[in-house]
Amino acid sequence: MSGVWIVIGVLIAATAFGFWNRWSSGRIKQTAVPRGLSGITPASDDDPLADIESDPVAAPVGALVTVLDGRLGERATMVQFSSAFCQPCRATRRILEEVATMVSGVSHVEIDAEDHLDLVRALDIRRTPTVLFLDAQGIQRKHASGLPRKADVIAALGEIIPGGPEDFAI
Amino acid sequence: MSSDVTKSDVLTGADLDCSPRTQVDPRGPRFGAAVTTIVLALALIFAGSTFGTVLIAWQTLVFALGAIVGLQAQPYGIFFRSVIKPRLSPPAELEDAAPPRFAQAVGLAFLVVALVAALLGATVVATVAVAFALAAAFLNAAFGFCLGCEMYLLGQRLLHR
Repeated sequence: MSGVWIVIGVLIAATAFGFWNRWSSGRIKQTAVPRGLSGITPASDDDPLADIESDPVAAPVGALVTVLDGRLGERATMVQFSSAFCQPCRATRRILEEVATMVSGVSHVEIDAEDHLDLVRALDIRRTPTVLFLDAQGIQRKHASGLPRKADVIAALGEIIPGGPEDFAI
Repeated sequence: MSSDVTKSDVLTGADLDCSPRTQVDPRGPRFGAAVTTIVLALALIFAGSTFGTVLIAWQTLVFALGAIVGLQAQPYGIFFRSVIKPRLSPPAELEDAAPPRFAQAVGLAFLVVALVAALLGATVVATVAVAFALAAAFLNAAFGFCLGCEMYLLGQRLLHR
């Protein structure tokens, strides 16, 4: 009857994973080492984000510069990686599009991960949806994988956009 | 938002067509995953016996129909649509058929390994393969989490250099 114990073990492990995933999925995290993803030269000294600028900023990822060309938001950009077999991608798109319409100067760019595998490897994107939050300079400040909550997205943009949430035209 | 739902509701009749853009009631695949969980749990409990192997063979056939022919041919899906769905309120939202169909294909891959191993008497290999499939089916049934779908991008990264 060892089969019964295997079933119990598998179900316990899967339940633990399921709850962990539910907890971690969609959480927006601070990007430890902000990456310059737009190819735009970081702003000058009078920039309000000057304090953040002292962070080490990695070199722009070439392929993304091409993809983002001309699609960068004036104040922030949400870059969403999606794939064909992805249940939460549609809901993520809906939320991000809604927020992009609501908050001025914020754009939403959706990238088909399968069409840009080099980029996916370079940025180490592991699952879809993954959302990268870029500031006005195109530097990645935050990221999330899984379906993010709308309130969290708005809060994250509030931290990225100079002036913060008061500056929002909601 | 409401117009979105209305628009996709019109597509409910398209359940039978299985083009990549087909929309399905998400409760269908979820129900199927619950039945699969029970079948695979029994297959593990009866591993090594003829009954265990018959269960593995049956589930292999179910996955093959769902993955190769389409969700409309998947036995548990047929049961859901003909017996359960008529008793439920319409779905709040429809979902794309591609992810659940892909999940059937991933399940099929594990079950083919399990079936061949079971037929060759390699009970340990069969047990491990069924255990992985059980974990995936349970995650889908209990959490709506599609393990195969989540692994898809990593698979693409590894396969296409």
